Amino acid sequence: MKFGILINEGPYQHQSSDSAYQFAKASIEKGHTIFRVFFYHDGVNNATNLTAPPTDDRNVTLRWTELAQEHDVDLVVCIAAALRRGILDESEAKRQNKANFNLADGFRISGLGQLIEAGIQCDRVVVFGD
Amino acid sequence: MEDEMMEGGVVKKFMYVNRKAPYGTIYALESLEVVLIAAAFEQDVSLIFMDDGVFQIKKGQKTDGVDMKNFSPTYRALEMYDIEKLYVCKESLEARGMSEDDLIVDVEVLERAALQDLMDEQDVVFSF
Repeated sequence: MKFGILINEGPYQHQSSDSAYQFAKASIEKGHTIFRVFFYHDGVNNATNLTAPPTDDRNVTLRWTELAQEHDVDLVVCIAAALRRGILDESEAKRQNKANFNLADGFRISGLGQLIEAGIQCDRVVVFGD
Repeated sequence: MEDEMMEGGVVKKFMYVNRKAPYGTIYALESLEVVLIAAAFEQDVSLIFMDDGVFQIKKGQKTDGVDMKNFSPTYRALEMYDIEKLYVCKESLEARGMSEDDLIVDVEVLERAALQDLMDEQDVVFSF
């Protein structure tokens, strides 16, 4: 089955990103496809490469990056939600005249149309939120 | 906005479930942003307002005191995007002492059980 995933909450404060990760990993192990993971609302905060959790804890962002690299999962961060919350890639940082950017490897910034497209293309879209 | 607008004529039933108050958190505003983008994809779109989500379409919102933008007029514009299927949970309205007359848009008020049936018919349900 082809799955789309929507994550609406940030890391650590909420478990939704953890649950979504475990769902994605289990789906792939069972032979399903993750067409796209879309990060919205505070979910965009999962994509910052500036998190530095204690070493005995899971690294939520790094786990997504590794999943994307190992299984070619498309991780998309909503641009409007990201700009509001200070998640920028290099080209957006330039465009917004900011000195730094912080989008983690494996993620890309794009529009809400990517979420709708996932809804159209996938057999199921699973929402992980509050 | 992007080149994925053309999806080969696939039309699915998309439902947006609005459960949260308009202010206090950003869910309602950002959910409305999704709905407006979705309109461009020519899908079969419907919206449900339930729980505190019924406050999103309440008449007479005044937000100056909390320095937030009153975005409730945008719900009135949904009609122009051909989004006309708006449903409101009867029990949620009554629990908050509200009626259909308190709402800024034309809606169909349905009981919880009828909303469940409606949800069952959908291909994609986004809950915010």
